[in-house]
Amino acid sequence: MPTAVYAGTPVTVTEEGFYLDPDQWREDMAPEIARDAGIDVLTDRHWQVIMHMRKEFAGKGTGPTVRALGRTSGVSIKELYLLFPKGPAKLAARIAGIPKPRGCI
Amino acid sequence: MPDTGKIEKVSIVISKGSLEGIYPGLIMANGARAEGMEANLFFTFFGLDAIHRQRHEHIKLATVGNPGLHLATWAGGLPGVSSVMTQYMSHRMEKLDIPSIPEFVEMIADTGAGLYACKASVDLFELSKDDFVDQVKDIITVGEFYDLAAGGQIIFT
Repeated sequence: MPTAVYAGTPVTVTEEGFYLDPDQWREDMAPEIARDAGIDVLTDRHWQVIMHMRKEFAGKGTGPTVRALGRTSGVSIKELYLLFPKGPAKLAARIAGIPKPRGCI
Repeated sequence: MPDTGKIEKVSIVISKGSLEGIYPGLIMANGARAEGMEANLFFTFFGLDAIHRQRHEHIKLATVGNPGLHLATWAGGLPGVSSVMTQYMSHRMEKLDIPSIPEFVEMIADTGAGLYACKASVDLFELSKDDFVDQVKDIITVGEFYDLAAGGQIIFT
């Protein structure tokens, strides 16, 4: 598995850039992962989604889908796609250091 | 179109007006956006019911001529069977957190996918833009559809 270096710390990631071990993640890594994922600046709204992702993952063992994010994160689906144009659940999960959510809806 | 080995854009045609005819196209469009692809939906023929203000809340499962249901054809044609089967299926879908068709259409528009109605079908059924939900961007010709679909994959359902 590939290794990426974020905030000076090497972490193991999948081919798509998702963390294999969410415990390796730290908040100061997020801006660098975001840049790799094509998001230059993380705003408070991005952070709201990212921290929500971490919380959901910690509680359920899996990240929420876009629909679930729209209902539970306090950010609407429209805004989610503005914040994470290349797929909100996928990108937010990557930046939050959790596995890619699996779901069809 | 640069060949990155990844699909970057899809245009999905929904041509049927049954529950099982509409959902796959909606799921594929929504899934495409979730993966960061560009997505357009083109509703044609009976598929227009999915975006029809009065009809999209009443989309039924086909219980006649649907061998996949494993129900005798004569039974599928009895009054009320289609409604009961539709309710049963909707209930199952709700449990899996799959949205109803009206909610799904609205959600897909919110993801930034483009929703379009087919002009030939709109003319055929004597409909107008007012008959459709607000999320429908335009009524377009088949030529305009191909222009929109340029550079991506086309999926017909």
